Formats: sequence, C-alpha cells, structure tokens
Amino acid sequence: MNPLRIEPLGDAALYAEFSRTLDLRINEALQAVAAALRERAPPWLRDVVPSLGGLALHFDPEHAALPEAPLRAATDLLLDCLKATARARTAGREVEVPVCYDAQFGLDLDAVAAQTGLDAAQVVRLHAATEHRVLMVGFAPGQPYIGGLDPRLAVPRRATPRTRVPAGSIAIANAQSVVYPFEIAGGWSVLGRTPLRVFDPQREPPSLLLPGDRVRFAPISRQRFEALR
Amino acid sequence: MSVRVLRPGMLTTVQDRGRHRMQHLGIVPGGAMDPVAFELANALVGNLQGEAALEFTLLGPQLAFEAAALIALCGAEFEATLDGQPMPLDRPVLVTSGTRLAAGRARRGSRAYLAVAGGIAVEPVLGSRSTYLPAQFGGWQGRVLRSDDLLPLAPECAALSGARAERLRLPGGAPHRTVPWSAPSLTLPEREFIVIHAMEGRHFGGFDADSQRAFFDATWRVAPASDRMGFRLLGPALARVDGDELLSEPTCLGTVQVPADGAPIALMADHQTTGGYPKIAEIAGADVPRLAQLAPGAALRFVRCTLAEAQALRRAARQRVESARRGIAWKYQS
Repeated sequence: MNPLRIEPLGDAALYAEFSRTLDLRINEALQAVAAALRERAPPWLRDVVPSLGGLALHFDPEHAALPEAPLRAATDLLLDCLKATARARTAGREVEVPVCYDAQFGLDLDAVAAQTGLDAAQVVRLHAATEHRVLMVGFAPGQPYIGGLDPRLAVPRRATPRTRVPAGSIAIANAQSVVYPFEIAGGWSVLGRTPLRVFDPQREPPSLLLPGDRVRFAPISRQRFEALR
Repeated sequence: MSVRVLRPGMLTTVQDRGRHRMQHLGIVPGGAMDPVAFELANALVGNLQGEAALEFTLLGPQLAFEAAALIALCGAEFEATLDGQPMPLDRPVLVTSGTRLAAGRARRGSRAYLAVAGGIAVEPVLGSRSTYLPAQFGGWQGRVLRSDDLLPLAPECAALSGARAERLRLPGGAPHRTVPWSAPSLTLPEREFIVIHAMEGRHFGGFDADSQRAFFDATWRVAPASDRMGFRLLGPALARVDGDELLSEPTCLGTVQVPADGAPIALMADHQTTGGYPKIAEIAGADVPRLAQLAPGAALRFVRCTLAEAQALRRAARQRVESARRGIAWKYQS
C-alpha cells in the first residue's frame, strides 16, 4: 500500500491520503500502520488519526524535541511503518453491540424497507447478520464510522436531516453505520438504539468502539434494552 | 476556598491547555481559545503548569471571592471593576476576601482569561480541566457558569497568593494591591480589520477561479453564529468546480472548510476532529489566537503564506510569548 499524497495539514500536522473512495482493505491496512506509528511515536508526535481513506499525524509545535523539519521526520516515520506493516493485519477487538430494533427506536426502519424493497424484519436481519468493522472514530467524541454494511442496505442520506437524534441511535448511510454518542442533529437513517454508553469520559477507554474493532449488532428486546440501560 | 458566581456573563467556562493525544477517539484538544492570553494570565499570578482559568466571552461575569487571592485578567479589554473601582488589566492584583469582580463588555477583543494563583480546582476529565461544551464534560460540570455556582480554588490559593504577592513586593495599603507594570497584549485586534495568514488548503484547487481569488481578496466578517467550534465567515459565496462527495478526513485547528452553502467556516478550539467538507485554506497557527479575539461583525482579510512562512510566524509568536513570560518571571525573582 502506498500513499497517493502526503501533504501538510496546517503548519503542525500532515495528512497522508491513501484512497479517495471507501476501500475497506485500505482502511484495514491503515489501522495497522496507525498502531505501529503510535508504538514508535516520538514525544513531539501528538496524535495519530486514521480516517476512512487516510491518516493524519499531528505534531506538538511547542515541544522542545520537535525536529527542524517535522514534516520530513514524520513522513520518514510513516514510510518506515508502512514497510514494517506491509503484511500485517490488526485483529481488532471483537465487540458485540446490543441493539433494540423496535419501531419506537428504529425511526427509519420502514423508510429503509421501502427504499430497498425489503420488509423491516429483513432490514434488521441483514444489519445484524454481517461482521462490521470500525473504520474511524471521529467528528464527535467516541462516534464510530462502521463499514461492512450489506450492499442490499445501500441508502443515501435522508433528504432532510433530523434536528435531534437520540444518543445511542444506530443509523446507516453511504455504505456505513454510525452510532450517535450524544443527542445531535443527523441525516442518516435510524434503524435502532443501543442501551450502551457509546462515550463515557470516566471509562477507560472512554470510547466504546475503537478504530479497527470488529462489531456485531445483536438484536435485543425492549425488556433487555431497559435491563441493560 | 472558592469563588461565587453572582452573574455568569455571556459564556464563561473553565479552560486550560486542553486534552491531547486522543483525536483518534474523536476527542479534540479544545482548551483556551486564545492560549497566548491564557498563558500570560497564568504567568502573572505565578502559575507555571497551565493551571485552569476562566474564559470570559464578550460580556463578563460578576464574581465574589470568598478568600484572598492573587488574580490577573488578560486578553480582551473588558470593562472590569473590583468593588466598583476600575480593575487593572494584564497585571497581578491581590484581592481580599469578599471582593467583588464585575466584568462588563469587552471594549476590544472578545475573550479574556481570569487566572487565580493555584488555578481553578475542578476535577480533571481525560487529563484536562477544559470545558468541552458539545459533549458536556470537563470544566465545571461540563457547562457554562451559572449564577450561584461555587467554583473551587486550590486549597493553597490564599497561602500561594500571599507568598507570591510578597515576592512581587505589592505595595501595602490599597484594598486591591497591584504592580506598576503590566504584561503586553499580544493578540488583540490592532485596527478595524486584521490580516490573517493562511496557506492554500488541500482542496483549494477544486474551487473555481473566482472563488480562489475571492478568498484572498475579500473582506470577511465574523458571523453571529460563531462559537468555540468554528467561526462562520460572511462574504462572497465560494463554489467548487466539481461537486464530488469527499470522504470524511481529519481536520485541525485553523482549517477553513466550505460547506455546500459556500460560506467558509474557520475551525476553532472545539472543532470536530474529522469532516467531509472541502478545505480551502489552513490558517497559520500563529494567527489563530488573534482570530479568536475577533467579535461577531469584526472584519478580517486573508493573506496567502507558505508553510515555511507559517512556521516562521509560529517561531516569532512563540518568542514574543517567551520574552513576556521571562519578563514576568524576572519580576518574581528580583
């Protein structure tokens, strides 16, 4: 795997772009590179942020050990780690996320069923059947972007975003699933809700899901949902 | 030891240097919007570890000190009084127990930092005392201050304040003792519009020629709908040549992204860690604290710079801060 481009991101970071479209294989390789980078990061390299199709390295511009040419040094380190992980695969943790797909949580189940020509029960079955993978945690604290959606569930974003999507909602669009850690506005189609806390600053790690995690959505009843809350 | 909030002001939060090394979990560093003024406020009261301070925004709070404390207010020029007398800005001031600080409007700039010897003693969350409002954690209960809040100060605040006032040889007699010197203002807007250095962003070439020119030619105004996450800029609408959806990718402090409506947003301290909007520019890190001092309606222009120039600006800005901090440290030692 080779970067398409490595370029500065502001004056204290770089962005290495590996893919302009969603490619699960490239994303998986990115997780391995990110892990290697984090292991070998010098103290002035503050953040290693894998995203859907690339990787950002953020420097601490005030750090005493910052090299004369941080971009050069970070690029060399990145290329080294790329070589070292050429054949590596990160196993990723296996995480089961319980989801209640009841109609009162799955606000868009019927709409997705209508768009895909399936019925609501089939939509749930397809969403829960495949192994998904966390491609990126970003935008908001602990918010996972999850790949591995069954192609039969391909739907675009909703024409009109909801102004409030409840915390824990699981929604799909753009061949991905997302789990909203907080009540926020969102334009993805909501299929259900997890009783788990997606982000808890008092927990270690604070994020329920980490980049590279393998995720299964396990359908649960309303009673089970209340019990797990 | 505490400070009672009599009136909260427009948007007063606890902030420090921010929480780092967690952007892969979607957690942005956050922290003081104007870290330069924040560091100087701390230096003035003898704090050296980035102790938590209060960030005032446009309209300041009214506070009552329930113990003697060495304090300093740095950054925007607030109309501020101590028990009705004008409060000296950019200086260490020793206030007595019962003193009331009333901050009115910001005359110049928009954010100031109230540092207290020993810092604001809220519990750190994920390694920082900064308030992160979008997810409601950190700082004081994850929110802006409200009337009747009782903010904890460091238990050693009074002792530290007394000892540091001694070292500064604050003259006796007056109820609010201060020094005859002050720290420089390094980030306040110097005239009607300010110039902000910016590099071409990753997607600059994807904008049409008119938009590329307009970005660096136009006078932009900070929109009212601007906050700690981002400053929306009012000016000519910017348009892309192609309308391809971009994959969501990492952003950084100072990224200028352009949503579909064509109005650019400069990402500030509490920005989202990733985003899918095209990046037309990246603001030089040295100029972000100056941008943070602009109030809604204030004007700015962007001037193009290279990465090398941005790095040089950063070094120069850092030297100015270091030199001011050395000057203050010298007052503590002499």
